[in-house]
Amino acid sequence: MLNTISLGIVITLMYSAPLIFAGIGGVLTERSGVINIGIEGMMAFGAFVGAAVGYYSQNPWIAFLAAGCAGGSLALIHAIACISFRANQTISGVALNFMGSGLAVFMSRMLFNGATMTIPVPKKLPKVLGGIEFTFIMAIIAAALLWFIMYKTKWGLRLIAVGEHPAAADTLGVNVYYVRYISVIISGILAGFGGASLTLSVVSNFTPTVVSGQGFIALAAVIFGKWTPHGCVASCLLFGFAQALVVMLGGEGSIIPSQILAMLPYVLTILMLVIFDGRSTAPKASGVPYLKGVR
Amino acid sequence: MEKLQKILRKPLTAIIISILFGFLVGAVILGVAGYNPVSAYAALFSGVFSKPKYIIQVIIKATPLILTGLSVAFAFKTGLFNIGVEGQFIMGSIGAVLAGYLLPMPAPLHFIVVILAAMIFAGLWGSICGYLKAKFGIHEVITSIMLNWIALYLNNYMITLPFLKKPNSESSYEIRKTAWSVFLGNWKYSQEAKPFFKEHPVLGDVILRTDLNYGIIIAIVAVAVIWFLLNRTNKGYELRAVGFNNHAAQFAGINVKKNMIISMAVAGALAGLAGGLQITGVMPHRISTLSIHEGFGFDGISVALIAGNSPWGCILSGLLFGALKFGATSIQSKVGAPSEVINIVIGVIVFFVAMSSVLPMIADTLAKKQKGSEKDA
Repeated sequence: MLNTISLGIVITLMYSAPLIFAGIGGVLTERSGVINIGIEGMMAFGAFVGAAVGYYSQNPWIAFLAAGCAGGSLALIHAIACISFRANQTISGVALNFMGSGLAVFMSRMLFNGATMTIPVPKKLPKVLGGIEFTFIMAIIAAALLWFIMYKTKWGLRLIAVGEHPAAADTLGVNVYYVRYISVIISGILAGFGGASLTLSVVSNFTPTVVSGQGFIALAAVIFGKWTPHGCVASCLLFGFAQALVVMLGGEGSIIPSQILAMLPYVLTILMLVIFDGRSTAPKASGVPYLKGVR
Repeated sequence: MEKLQKILRKPLTAIIISILFGFLVGAVILGVAGYNPVSAYAALFSGVFSKPKYIIQVIIKATPLILTGLSVAFAFKTGLFNIGVEGQFIMGSIGAVLAGYLLPMPAPLHFIVVILAAMIFAGLWGSICGYLKAKFGIHEVITSIMLNWIALYLNNYMITLPFLKKPNSESSYEIRKTAWSVFLGNWKYSQEAKPFFKEHPVLGDVILRTDLNYGIIIAIVAVAVIWFLLNRTNKGYELRAVGFNNHAAQFAGINVKKNMIISMAVAGALAGLAGGLQITGVMPHRISTLSIHEGFGFDGISVALIAGNSPWGCILSGLLFGALKFGATSIQSKVGAPSEVINIVIGVIVFFVAMSSVLPMIADTLAKKQKGSEKDA
């Protein structure tokens, strides 16, 4: 019994780590007023770069950082388009999804003899405290840090102001563009970390299906968590828990067909939204490009 | 000078420039990777245009994309982001297979029933999102992402059911031939057709060796219907008003919640139509176990965005998408470059479409400069 519970916890935390990274990144950028539909693409690119660098360098830490840079560089493109050129943020995000996964598979074919999957990394990121993924610890620290910055520092107040009413923030001397650039880039780095948590921790190589919609789940967690870091972490944990349930309840001799069981996390999310007040309002300026002097 | 400004302000200019940029960036990436971009693109174009058969293949590939694009575009016009096309598409194919395999019926009627079943299944699936948004205020993006996965697993579950699963396969039974929408579907495999196709090898290529079907005609009709609904009817006016500003719409006495549900149901039905036509028109006329989403829905988002959410534009951008996706295979087979480069090209095209507001900005700057220089003179 005790074993089952601890196994359940370990699996829950393993599945939630990538989502937490990507999700809190989403919270950060949307609070600054930039929608990021492209999390999926950034995760895919990060997952690939993490796996590839991990294979060549044989050092999972360097690989993890490289994945962050990969996600951040895609995010920089998004930032330039959305902030400096006032591009449509949703469209740009959709484009990033294509570019991220396209680049990942393209480069995999170039570097790994035409294969769409990479060779497994020799060393994965470590596990601590009886099997808990270290990526989870890092994800939680990142989330706590974001919570602290958002609610306890000047920078956080500015961030929220920029996302709610950029013109007001601007009049008070906050550099809207700067805040948004930083937020979007950090969110990309976090999404890259999320991708690498998959390929350096959950599994040990990149395949074109490794991310398969987790970026979108993270996006849902942002909204589910009502655009707060703690809410987002809770939704990611809930989702990871449901995934763990699927693993624990499934297998040989299970009464419930595995396909029905696999629906559980998704059905559970919708049910939770219905039971608890799922009403959500996005940050007011989210999705609206800011132009100085226009009210 | 003024002419240039006018051209810069036209939406079509932005799309053409975006496409050019897409190919340019693709060329740079191919070049960096050590392939000759010119021969890669030559392979792409000959893979699309060099034989009538290829053009037909592009149209077949484009048909579901036009409809999924139309679904997204319609929802956007009514203020909703339908990211759930993927799941609605799957529900449409499930409905089509159930009606197409289980119900014995005479030929033309059967097809209509199958398509209706597909649209109803997917329409109801879509309306769940609308209902949850209207009743509980749950963001349609979350519910539709979740419903995408539920639909995928439902599809896989259906295939385990004994009355539907074809033994020793990962698929369902094929639908009955009476429900096919394949062009000359019954005749083309018959004995009488053989000598005819021998005499006319080109027609044989086009009809016999492709899944040429009536889907594209139905897709174009659907585009026309949606355009008419949105622009020429009261309901369309209401839907667009809700999309434009739902508070104002509410104030004007429009039932916002009801319109949300209707809008998602219609968007779902369009995606279901795409799924249904894929089953009735294209081999292997059945559903199979899915491990990931096939991408018809996510591609539909891009089709709609490139089309600027215009229903008619979806036909063109759907064809462009179909051509790129189909031509990509010949880049891989003829030049050896990874076909995924096309995904990057598509990404860049969509990206520059997102940036298209830059062009009017440039036009404004030019206009200002002109005014300035006129003053000086």
